[in-house]
Amino acid sequence: MSNLQSIDLNVSISNKLVCNKLNLTIEPGQVWGILGRNGVGKTTLLHTLAGLRNADSGSILLDQKNINELSRKQIAQKLGLLLQQSEESFPSSVIDTVLTGRHPHIDNWSWESKKDLGIARNALEAVQMTDMAERSIDQLSGGEKQRVAIACLIAQSPELYLLDEPNSHLDLKYQIQLLQYFSEHAEDKKSATVMTLHDINLAQQFCTHLLLLFGDGRSSTGKASDILNENHLSELYQHPLHKVETEFGQVFIPGKPD
Amino acid sequence: MLRPAPLLVSLLLLSIASFIIAFSVGSYSLTFEQIFSTLNSRQQNIQHAIIWDLRAPRAYAAFVTGGLLALAGALMQVLLRNPLADPYILGVSGGASAAALFAMSLGLSSAWLSGSAFFGALVSILLVFGLSHGKGSWNPTRLLLTGVVIAAGWGALINFILSSSPEKPLRGMLFWLMGDLSHAEPTALSLIVLIIALLITFVIARQLNILSRGELQASVLGVSVKPLRISLFLLASMLTAFAVTQAGSVGFVGLIVPHMLRLICGSDHRLLLPASVLLGGSLLLISDTLARTLIAPQQLPVGVITAFIGVPFFLYLLNKNFGKDTAV
Repeated sequence: MSNLQSIDLNVSISNKLVCNKLNLTIEPGQVWGILGRNGVGKTTLLHTLAGLRNADSGSILLDQKNINELSRKQIAQKLGLLLQQSEESFPSSVIDTVLTGRHPHIDNWSWESKKDLGIARNALEAVQMTDMAERSIDQLSGGEKQRVAIACLIAQSPELYLLDEPNSHLDLKYQIQLLQYFSEHAEDKKSATVMTLHDINLAQQFCTHLLLLFGDGRSSTGKASDILNENHLSELYQHPLHKVETEFGQVFIPGKPD
Repeated sequence: MLRPAPLLVSLLLLSIASFIIAFSVGSYSLTFEQIFSTLNSRQQNIQHAIIWDLRAPRAYAAFVTGGLLALAGALMQVLLRNPLADPYILGVSGGASAAALFAMSLGLSSAWLSGSAFFGALVSILLVFGLSHGKGSWNPTRLLLTGVVIAAGWGALINFILSSSPEKPLRGMLFWLMGDLSHAEPTALSLIVLIIALLITFVIARQLNILSRGELQASVLGVSVKPLRISLFLLASMLTAFAVTQAGSVGFVGLIVPHMLRLICGSDHRLLLPASVLLGGSLLLISDTLARTLIAPQQLPVGVITAFIGVPFFLYLLNKNFGKDTAV
């Protein structure tokens, strides 16, 4: 089982601090949500955690090894990232796209085996796209493309899932199914998930831990139940939020601007 | 999942057929029986001389050049993530042409010609690589713009040489610029280069499939993008350099062949790349056969023919494909 750790991590984009001396430990069984306003660097932080860009200082350890010393292939066997945007230049079929998720597990000389094809088909089933396997990617809607990207990530079967806005383009039904999938996966101690989210109530429902990015380098981490309160959230979003108890549990609703 | 065998077998048959046609057609026509009996015997007669001394070397040069160009084009399109990319887009042929034309304007012999063309291509490759590689990131847009600007610079130099050169070598220069196989020197080296390149692409083909999903996605899926891009650039450029050295700037093969195959068999590079070599070779060989026979004894530059064949066929495929998929 893999874990991901950041030690005294400083990240910035164009001289704007994303996080300052961030210490995180992400362990199997946990579901982390990253919350923050537009442009505070949620995506940048995820990309840094995935080893795609360098931090200003500090280090990231994947299973106690510095991520900069691992090859992209070694990282990809353990850690997968759902990107916010896809940029297919030469469209291929849905199933072929999902099969690319198996790349880190196949030698350069070999072709995908029957087993890989089976894994890809199961992944398609998990996002309920089985009947679209042979369709071309460029004929899909935004939500369907997002589900193919998720299937590709599932086929990659890493132990750490980093999801950048996993809910974008998705209908409510698929949003819940998706979050359910990753949270159940984590509960079975099989994996850990870190995702950026915009919906506080979904974060409350599915995340065990939260990381709030305030936009000036300050951040706050901890168990979701400890972190989620009106003060924190109102400061985070710079908009008043109120906690309301309902018979389905507590929810946060936005108030009127000050 | 794809089935590579039927496509590759039919392309192989097409290649053999184009060789047979190239052997048979010309000012002295040979029947298929004559070709087969000549190929099977060691008898020295006129037919033997026509095939082995005249037509085979040129057919070989045409096929290899077509293969080199189509493979280079397919690789450039992934490297630049741009469907409009062709082997010449980064200025390799511009450098080769400028150097070759310069050699012609000095009145140097044809042995010097290929040497200087290859030298010009190398200079251009290094120039583009150095300028786009400098400090900072190495992204497709920067590479593309650097290459396009360098190509434009070579274009200006070529025009300068053309306009300041005396009448006599002009015709040869124009043929060279349009792509012409009548003076091609068939060398074993270009075939070896083609085969080695094809072997390398077998190893990296799956990484190319992933690279065409975007650089970031490729990194996430375990591809070391930077070394892959550098080797792609060098590989595609070297292939182009060898092709241009052999036959000048034959247009359209490198752009159209990979696209034809993408429309027919999809974008899996493990199939696309070897198929490109076979189809590119056949297309150029058939074109060259037409180029030397259509208005014989006059010869046309083969580049004219590749465009005449390639453009309508490509438009047909494009139309057929879009008609099928879109509701409008």
